[in-house]
Amino acid sequence: MELFVFSLFALGALVSALAVVSHRNPVYATMSLVVTLVCVAALFLMLGAPFIATLQVLIYTGAIVVLFLFVIMLLNIQREEHSAPSGGAQRWAAILMGFVLAGLLFGLFWRAHAGAEIQPLTEDQVSLTRLARLLFTEYMLPFQAIGLLLLAAVVAATVLARRPDGRITAPGEESK
Amino acid sequence: MSPQQIQTVGMVATLAVWVVFMLQVTPIMVWIERRGAAMMQDRPGPNRVGPLGLFQSLADALKFMFKESIVPEGADKPLFLMAPLLALIPALTTYTVIPLGPAIQVAGQRIGLTVVPADTGVLLLLALSSLGIYSLIIAGYSSNSKYSLFGALRASAQMISYELALTLAVVAVLLPVGSLRLDEVVTYQQTRHLWNCVPQALGLFVFIIASFAETNRAPFDLPEAESELVAGYHTEYGGMKFALFFMGEYMAMAALSALAATLYFGGWTVPGVDLFKVGDWIATLPLLGKVPGPIWTGLIAALVLFTKVFIALLFFVWVRWSFPRYRFDQLLRLGWKVLLPLSIVNLLLIAVLTLKGVL
Repeated sequence: MELFVFSLFALGALVSALAVVSHRNPVYATMSLVVTLVCVAALFLMLGAPFIATLQVLIYTGAIVVLFLFVIMLLNIQREEHSAPSGGAQRWAAILMGFVLAGLLFGLFWRAHAGAEIQPLTEDQVSLTRLARLLFTEYMLPFQAIGLLLLAAVVAATVLARRPDGRITAPGEESK
Repeated sequence: MSPQQIQTVGMVATLAVWVVFMLQVTPIMVWIERRGAAMMQDRPGPNRVGPLGLFQSLADALKFMFKESIVPEGADKPLFLMAPLLALIPALTTYTVIPLGPAIQVAGQRIGLTVVPADTGVLLLLALSSLGIYSLIIAGYSSNSKYSLFGALRASAQMISYELALTLAVVAVLLPVGSLRLDEVVTYQQTRHLWNCVPQALGLFVFIIASFAETNRAPFDLPEAESELVAGYHTEYGGMKFALFFMGEYMAMAALSALAATLYFGGWTVPGVDLFKVGDWIATLPLLGKVPGPIWTGLIAALVLFTKVFIALLFFVWVRWSFPRYRFDQLLRLGWKVLLPLSIVNLLLIAVLTLKGVL
């Protein structure tokens, strides 16, 4: 049963991930991304990490991908009729980086398996209380650093949205 | 039956009560909406089919089913057909984390009346309800109509904006409780003999306004503003496909109302009444006594919750026919410049009060 559910979602994640990169229509590609994220969330759930699974759905599928769709529709991006220019430096760079990524992932898994016996997560370890405690004690500094980083990104986006005359454009104020 | 089986039966029964309720919400609400609107506008409203026009929804459902299914030319057919189905996903999943009643003892087993007693509780609810927006966006995009596309664009900007304020208001409720589980939110209010709507009044204010925007209800029904966009994102839909959008909207309203009732108005509890005693009393009656008391307790608790949900739904109708529609820039300004700061202030306030031990 567990194997069946796992294969269902793993296969779903893989197939939809392929569709994300290969589909010509940007809206279909984005919707495939939604399927990928939901499938991966289900895998997180199976691994005993319900909190991460929930956050994945809440933040990525619920907000970020919606913004992708928003931009695609706002800019009215149509079907991609011509395939990306084949050959050239870009293609070789992509292949090379693909191999580098695969190598890194393989190395990571190899190290994890070659080392000591891995204990399965206990109920206590994945509980919200435990997670919150870790986040606010041991990982306090990285946690706050991420907050600052996001704040910097927001400020940067606002600066980019400013007009040369210093006004921030807001909806409904264009015509003034 | 083994303990495992009893638990499963309990879960399925809870789920069944929820599903039956949720499916009945739409026809009942359509009737209430029409009669309510008529009452407020001093006209009779639908009154031909059945007593007080009660069977009008039934007649409409029949009409929807027998209508021709039309897919407009140039529409993206797979996405066009998928969109109405997506509208039902959040509507049919979100209520699973809301407790229908207290944990009851049946056949020596403790059965919690929550379908999915997940640790992440209300977070799961927010995650699932945030998926509802895809049906609007996909409907707007695939219809190949400018009105639909504009409706979808508005819907996505609006729902993302108000989700933040809504979530922050919910977080403020969870802070003094110290848990994401909704049954513990109810227990918290029960032990303190005070509904959250009193200490969390500011949060409730934000929550109510944000939930109008999240469910695309007037005065924030811009995604389907009929005076500008014909019918917004569902302009090109007819028949049963349109009915599914309609059901999705009303079920989302009911789910948010159930969340509001649980977070701010004590959930399934009635102040000063011990539902366990009421259940036991019913079990002593001649004919009704065939069913054990705890089951009656669960049913009455569900009835109390549903009553609160319907009061909230009546509020939705009342507001819809009282306020004019906002303009889109006003809507976004309200969301980002008023509600979001208010919800942050509320969160800080509650955090300080919780630290001081007041809450």
